[in-house]
Amino acid sequence: MRALSVSALLLLALNSCRGTQDNLLDEDVIEPVVQASKYGSLWPLPQKVQISEVPLKLSGATFEFTDAKGSTAGPSCSLLQSAYRRYYDYIFGGPKKQKMSRNRRAGPLELTELQVSITSPDSQCDGYPSVTSDESYELSVDVPVAVLKAPTVWGALHGLETFSQLVYEDDYGAKTINSTKVSDFPRFAHRGILLDSSRHFLPIKVLLANLETMAMNKFNVFHWHIVDDQSFPYLSRTFPQLSQQGAYHPYSHVYTPSDVKMVIEFARLRGIRVIPEFDTPGHTQSWGKGQMDLLTPCFSGATPSGSFGPVNPILNTTYDFMSRFFKEVSDVFPDGYVHLGGDEVDFTCWKSNPDIKKFMDRQGFGQDYSKLESFYIQKLLDIVTTTKKGYIIWQEVFDNGVKLKPDTLIHVWKGNQEQYQNEMAKITSAGYQTLLSSPWYLNRISYGQDWQSTYKADPQDFKGTEEQKKLVIGGEACLWGEYVDATNLTPRLWPRASAVAERLWSAKDVTDINDAYNRLSAHRCRMVERGIPAEPLFSSFCRHEYKGI
Amino acid sequence: MKVMRAVNTKQCAPIIYALLQLIIFYAGLNAVKGVWPLPHALTSSVEQYPLNPQTFAFDYGKHSATQQGCSLLDAAFRRYFLLIFPDYTAENGQLEVAANNSFSLYISTDHNDCENYPNDDSSERYNLSVSAGQASLNAATVWGILRGLETFSQLVYQDDLGSYFVNETFIEDFPRFQFRGVLLDTSRHYLPVHAILKTLDAMSYSKFNVFHWHIVDDPSFPYQSRSFPELSKKGAFHPATHIYTQSDVRRVISYARMRGIRVLPEFDSPGHTGSWGKGQSHLLTPCYKGGAPSGTFGPVNPALQSTYQFMASFFKEVTSVFPDSYIHLGGDEVDFSCWRSNPHVRAFMQKMGFGGDFPKLEAFYIENIVNITSANNKTSIVWQDVFDYHERRSALSVVEVWKHGCYLCKVRQVTKAGLRVILASPWYLDLPGPTHNWARYYTVWPLAFPGSEKQKRLVIGGEVCMWGEYVDATNLFPKLWPRASAAAERLWSDEKQTSSVEKAFPRLEDFRCKLLRRGIQAGPLNVGHCKHEYQSV
Repeated sequence: MRALSVSALLLLALNSCRGTQDNLLDEDVIEPVVQASKYGSLWPLPQKVQISEVPLKLSGATFEFTDAKGSTAGPSCSLLQSAYRRYYDYIFGGPKKQKMSRNRRAGPLELTELQVSITSPDSQCDGYPSVTSDESYELSVDVPVAVLKAPTVWGALHGLETFSQLVYEDDYGAKTINSTKVSDFPRFAHRGILLDSSRHFLPIKVLLANLETMAMNKFNVFHWHIVDDQSFPYLSRTFPQLSQQGAYHPYSHVYTPSDVKMVIEFARLRGIRVIPEFDTPGHTQSWGKGQMDLLTPCFSGATPSGSFGPVNPILNTTYDFMSRFFKEVSDVFPDGYVHLGGDEVDFTCWKSNPDIKKFMDRQGFGQDYSKLESFYIQKLLDIVTTTKKGYIIWQEVFDNGVKLKPDTLIHVWKGNQEQYQNEMAKITSAGYQTLLSSPWYLNRISYGQDWQSTYKADPQDFKGTEEQKKLVIGGEACLWGEYVDATNLTPRLWPRASAVAERLWSAKDVTDINDAYNRLSAHRCRMVERGIPAEPLFSSFCRHEYKGI
Repeated sequence: MKVMRAVNTKQCAPIIYALLQLIIFYAGLNAVKGVWPLPHALTSSVEQYPLNPQTFAFDYGKHSATQQGCSLLDAAFRRYFLLIFPDYTAENGQLEVAANNSFSLYISTDHNDCENYPNDDSSERYNLSVSAGQASLNAATVWGILRGLETFSQLVYQDDLGSYFVNETFIEDFPRFQFRGVLLDTSRHYLPVHAILKTLDAMSYSKFNVFHWHIVDDPSFPYQSRSFPELSKKGAFHPATHIYTQSDVRRVISYARMRGIRVLPEFDSPGHTGSWGKGQSHLLTPCYKGGAPSGTFGPVNPALQSTYQFMASFFKEVTSVFPDSYIHLGGDEVDFSCWRSNPHVRAFMQKMGFGGDFPKLEAFYIENIVNITSANNKTSIVWQDVFDYHERRSALSVVEVWKHGCYLCKVRQVTKAGLRVILASPWYLDLPGPTHNWARYYTVWPLAFPGSEKQKRLVIGGEVCMWGEYVDATNLFPKLWPRASAAAERLWSDEKQTSSVEKAFPRLEDFRCKLLRRGIQAGPLNVGHCKHEYQSV
């Protein structure tokens, strides 16, 4: 899915050195100037929100997060306690030097407490988020205490983020929050970001910073495209040779089991699922370096050419390997889903190989290599089924007519608007659940405010019944790694991915592009202030510019 | 690529020469991937000499005009020591080491220009010879030494055990073009001083020598003027946090000087001045709508005497703050509709006999500003728009070509008029492009236009532009580097030796990893990895 020509998408309007600045004086066109939205800097916009005019003050010296009486997650819930500390830091800019003067009497319009209450019997504090997690919450900000209610900790995390977004500084720099009521839940259950750690190795620090930013945007799935043709940085306990031979460097460019654990836990603490992708049978060049006989030897004429193609689907050893490998993967990654890839399989190598030809004849596949692909995928799906995981596959697997379990998730990535809409209609009319990524390939860049087109795409815009629409469980923004590494990943992803975040979280009718511009500008400055190098939307400034150079 | 072939096939001898150069160059490749930008003449052998940080020394040659105490070079030695030995820490400096592999780099200059500023006639030529136990670096000026130190630092490499080596090498090097610039735009987004300084560091690694500071424009006026403090007080994004104070400006100029970089300020007028009007009333033209002022403002008002008084004292300040002998006056993209709407401007035009010819009014304005700056002994640079509408072109001196299309046609036209040219059109790096498009900035042939030798000599260089609509400190570095380095090689190196993208690619990839090692957030060119990846976010 990386074959799409990037340069074809460069929409260069090259007449003036200042791009959009032309003719401004002519037409009384107003430069986009950030104006205050009535929703402040909230992003993504909650489903229901009422902000009053009553400003309440917060002081770092008195304010605290507390666990409400009767909450099913108390002080022992370290997930919440860590979140309190995080959001205290975000709101008040780190722990205050001065002593906490709890004895000071709070003023009449001072908010001293946010009471957090988890209402369902199982708070899920020690669990992992899943596609069925309840992420809803209710927030009521009023004196003397604000109350955040959520059935589970996952909703509470989102509520804390919203609470922190409501806090602003008045003209004297005092932390202020208006009396507010919020009732909120996500429109889609699966709201993901794909990062590619194969084409360029992404240091753990970068992954963690992006999980942190995902939480600020209420994303809940980190789709980790961890290996591919170019390198195999995943250090497998069962098959250490894979990264030993297949990583860019066997020590400095690998993810050890403890790295992976750290990423998963860091994500869990922010309500984010980690879905690993081990893409086969194509996109597997790096696997072949550490695992003999896994890939198909290509032939040139009657002799092996020395190069290798996709995974060899005709050997029993292949399936033995896959069984053991996916057993490990299913143990290491707690999420209920694993992404199996299955895209862009090139048949030329299979075609060249005489053993494969014989096998095809024996199986009665004739010249139809997609049948061979199906053969492989079905065996793989059987293997993964035994690990009790659900699976996600790229759309080609569906397009090629592979028999799938009814609960398979099909990931749409190809095509222009018309094409992906047709694909979504086709997949849902066949009764499968689906995820959309086609309009959200953020590795493609163009001049100007391309977040707007990202923002306008809607996963349920296709011809189909209500039932079909319900099968759309969300989408993912993808940042493929050919031209992306630690140096440019974060500014390329944010705030462009934020546009996707709002589309997937907020109500369908939240489409006012001007209001979005105003809120998103403020949201991006907040990310910058929190240390994330999120790039600008247009000529503008943030009160606190990025300092991390 | 077609253009390149057309240039090269004209003469055969240089091709053979170039091939020889390449063969010689590749002989050294097994040890070190090379220098970026490529030196004009480089020979190296497989003979390698160990370098030991404990015993390595910079020293001044006996006959050098500069000696210890030349703070510019002393500071450069300290900088380059850490660049040459990136793993060096004070702790392992305590170790006792055998002194048998000591190595000295002897510096020698013809002039003592330690305290000067680099300028348009500064020589950057140097000779570097590396042999057993010592290297000598000779240059006419300290600026040449700075370039040579950069080259030397790129010749040093580490083996798998981390030991440092340099190969026997002989280099004769000088820039192809005298003006090699990077434009940063601090008006559309404010760039913290730290981001500017780091850019200057990165520029020196690619041998850029001009920082074109597009300091103010419509959106904001961050330059804090001594004479007119209201300009930034009202015109900056924020009067206290989003400004460049006089000491900030001095710091940038001095930091640049230490790296052999000129600071060329641009105060663009009469257009692109929206932010000026906030702190200086009556400077901009009031636009009219149906016989009455509409409340909006256009370009600088060219019809008022007060405008020229203001500009005279403003540019008097600017020319004293910025030591470079050049100043950029802008002059691009002037919109006439507001002038046209204003009855006073129209009356002024009648009086001056311009009729309805607004380009004449603009030319009149610019000529006044040029006269003000030449009275202050500065050479003016203007964007090509000024050349296009100016009838009396002799009043102009340097023209910067920025418009797209056939930019070489424009270069030809400007040089034919006897004016100097800086080329920017092919190097607008704010326009996106995945970094693998670096080749687009590499395959530029600034002199591939029909014209006399004299015309070619009038092309004094080129410039990479990073306009700021979508750029601030969050994304500046990966957008600028290493794509700007592609342009740097075009402006520094011999064109015949550097015409192949394929041959340049591994060297640029290696250079990009060097930039990462030096803490410059240079984006990736394609799939791959560096030994030391960027370790921040």
